[in-house]
Amino acid sequence: MGTAVSAPASMTLDGKVPVGPLAEKWTSYRSDARLVSPKNKRQFHVAIVGSGLAGASAAATLAEQGYRVSCFCFHDSPRRAHSVAAQGGINAAKNYQYDGDSVWRLFHDTIKGGDFRSREANVYRLAEVSSQIIDQCVAQGVPFAREYGGYLANRSFGGALVSRTFYCKGQTGQQLLLGAYGALNRQIAAGNVVMHTRHEMLDLVLTAGACRGIVTRNLLTGEIQSHAADAVVLATGGHSNVFYLSTNAAGCNVTATWRAYKLGAAFANPCFTQIHPTCIPPSGEHQAKLTLMSESLRNDGRMWVPKKVGESRPPTEIPEVDRDYLLERKYPAYGNLAPRDIASRAAKEVCEEGRGVGPKGLGVYLDFAESIAERGRAEIESRYGNLFRMYEEITGENPYRVPMRIFPAPHYTMGGLWVDYELMTTIPGLFAIGEANFSDHGANRLGASALMQGLADGYFVLPQTIGNYLSASRRLPAVNGELQDGARRVTDRVGKLLALRGNRTVESFHRELGRVMWQYCGMSRGREGLLEAIEKIQQLREEFWSSACVPGDHTHLNMALEKAGRVADFLELGELMCRDALTREESCGCHLREEYQTADGEAQRNDEQFAHVAAWNCHGEDHEPVRQQEELVFSEVKVAERSYK
Amino acid sequence: MKLTLHIWRQAGSHSTGRFETYDLADVRPDMSFLEMLDQLNEQLVASNTEPVAFEYDCREGICGTCSLVINGTPHGPRNATTTCQTYMRHFHDGDEIFIEPFRAAAFPIIRDLVVDRSSLDRVAQAGGFISVGTGNAPDANALPIAKQDAEDALSAAACIGCGACVAACPNASASLFTAAKISHFADLPQGGPERGERVRRMIAAMDEEMFGSCTNHGECEAVCPMEISTRLIGQMNREYLRSLVVQT
Repeated sequence: MGTAVSAPASMTLDGKVPVGPLAEKWTSYRSDARLVSPKNKRQFHVAIVGSGLAGASAAATLAEQGYRVSCFCFHDSPRRAHSVAAQGGINAAKNYQYDGDSVWRLFHDTIKGGDFRSREANVYRLAEVSSQIIDQCVAQGVPFAREYGGYLANRSFGGALVSRTFYCKGQTGQQLLLGAYGALNRQIAAGNVVMHTRHEMLDLVLTAGACRGIVTRNLLTGEIQSHAADAVVLATGGHSNVFYLSTNAAGCNVTATWRAYKLGAAFANPCFTQIHPTCIPPSGEHQAKLTLMSESLRNDGRMWVPKKVGESRPPTEIPEVDRDYLLERKYPAYGNLAPRDIASRAAKEVCEEGRGVGPKGLGVYLDFAESIAERGRAEIESRYGNLFRMYEEITGENPYRVPMRIFPAPHYTMGGLWVDYELMTTIPGLFAIGEANFSDHGANRLGASALMQGLADGYFVLPQTIGNYLSASRRLPAVNGELQDGARRVTDRVGKLLALRGNRTVESFHRELGRVMWQYCGMSRGREGLLEAIEKIQQLREEFWSSACVPGDHTHLNMALEKAGRVADFLELGELMCRDALTREESCGCHLREEYQTADGEAQRNDEQFAHVAAWNCHGEDHEPVRQQEELVFSEVKVAERSYK
Repeated sequence: MKLTLHIWRQAGSHSTGRFETYDLADVRPDMSFLEMLDQLNEQLVASNTEPVAFEYDCREGICGTCSLVINGTPHGPRNATTTCQTYMRHFHDGDEIFIEPFRAAAFPIIRDLVVDRSSLDRVAQAGGFISVGTGNAPDANALPIAKQDAEDALSAAACIGCGACVAACPNASASLFTAAKISHFADLPQGGPERGERVRRMIAAMDEEMFGSCTNHGECEAVCPMEISTRLIGQMNREYLRSLVVQT
């Protein structure tokens, strides 16, 4: 593959958005959608890959409706999916605080937060079903925080002007996942869902262009098996681990969606990654992940770095006059509460200037001294006690005495498989939900909206749209030959990986890929760097397939083999992300394209040429991927420039 | 620092296991315990030896995947801390560390330090949920719930399902795990309609899975990373007795 990149193509994609006013589209869609009769539902088999918020909620709901469901996860239990780690909360337009919130406002905040790079109708629907999610979760026994009167508590999150975030201390993701896991368990016990744990999906089965099943590898026995299905749903999360160091769990990977891409599903906006500013900085080469701390810390912490390059005094001995409170200086209106991308970029910039703090200069201070002096230690402890303890456990430093050190880390990927209004990919019968699709967050995601989208897709959207597909599809079972072909492809690939007996560990390839991605395709990118990155990734990929070492065999639990397959896919995805970043000649959402900024360094969006979704199609190993566009039409929302000055 | 590691290696559930000894140099105090094992594994892979199988995922103490018995204690020496959140600064240069899998009849060993904890899922499937189909729910604020009740429910629901309680218990009982789920729902009005049936079914499932009985050792609470209290086992027992005399 050469490094030349094709100009934006003129092919367009149809999102199949229903006609009519924005506020009535979802209602009218549901009134018009074809239904599957109760008797026939039992005939249809739906395979769901992933058991996080989106996967578990979809599996439970489809089973309740009467479909035959199989659910697959690579964990030992569906409850371990990475949704479990979300801390902050879940948004919903309940307006319980009577502070002026509404469906329209949540919709508007989400589409504006995404820098006008998401599809209006999908985002409106998300806001519309948000209230039902909270109802459902409370009925399941999710113990949300409450006021003394017994009614639900809310907080304002991520700079929102209304309090619409529901939460369970710092464990919101865990509690919502346990709710969905409970609903799933109920259907497993009733025999309506067959759960396959420790199974990794490694390929799809297509018949006459439609998705008719999946191929899995049993991680304990190595058995490779094809499963026929009438529809397949990928709920496999995001791909932040392409950066090696991210806030994602170790197992998070792109393999399922990447296999879909290789077989023809378009991959949308792969370069849109959210970088979270408040993570604990890396302490050395050995580090396997970055730990996220809630963004709420920025409510009381002040971000600063020394003014002088090469400052050697400990933070408490640096006088005010030698400190640079970078966010307060650059963004006086928002100060330390400036949006995630702005805060992240500011931190990265000062580190690149050599003013970073901590080991390797990768970090900025987040200082609570003033808040502690003003409000007292007890108050700060009541707000952030857990986080301070966690920080001390990891770093060995006491943040009540010395400032915390923080550094940005990749956290969420807005990009993913392209889906239409029905959440179907460009492969008929293949759906993608939750973080695995690109659907709702545009070029940046608002805090507390990931949980909302996962559950919206799984509980309320997909179960209403999948019937429209199934009722019209001829129930043509996957042909044996195609099931066997899929299994053969997987067997060959596993064999190819196990034949790698070189001298370099898979981990070291992943680490190097991560460095390239962070350097060239992180929150700020430029043409030169991206071209260089594409070349580097291609070389790295070649080297992987000649000198990686994958020990063991495939007939038992072999985590090195699992990891190798995932890294091999990241090595391909990384290149596509760089290509996408290269062809998006504007700065938007989370990203600054260095060539497109104002004189004072602010992001410059280009609505005329880039108000579209870029969706990439794979044309085989020997051809360059082709970029398609879905034009974004904003019929009811006014497109505005973002300003946090 | 330099460490001597004695690690349990076992090829499969029916093979005989044994401790293998590994010397590991250049361990840094700011490494997590699992990063220390990563370093060992990278060395083993580089010398074309199969790495030690051990499980982990989120590495922030919430998913419940990591396990390990470290020097005799599930999740190691730190209170209220999972293995993944344990850092090497709590060990010393020259330490010998014994690393074993969680051991219980209901947790068969799969390989090395990896055990099968699906028995916990089956206990949860027996009744660890409220039966409400999607779309049936009334408005979330239609049912006020006292703040304290919601907080008690959350403290119980905080269980991460790691199984350390089972590994620490001399009887390999899953009482703390099961009690946490039963208390979570018993504290809330939504859990009311299935209250009796839930506790009866979950306790029966616990027995079926070969978990032992609780004889009040309290080891479970001592190792629980979420600090779930044995008080909940008392609550479970009361719920069980109640279910024998009250219909719902």
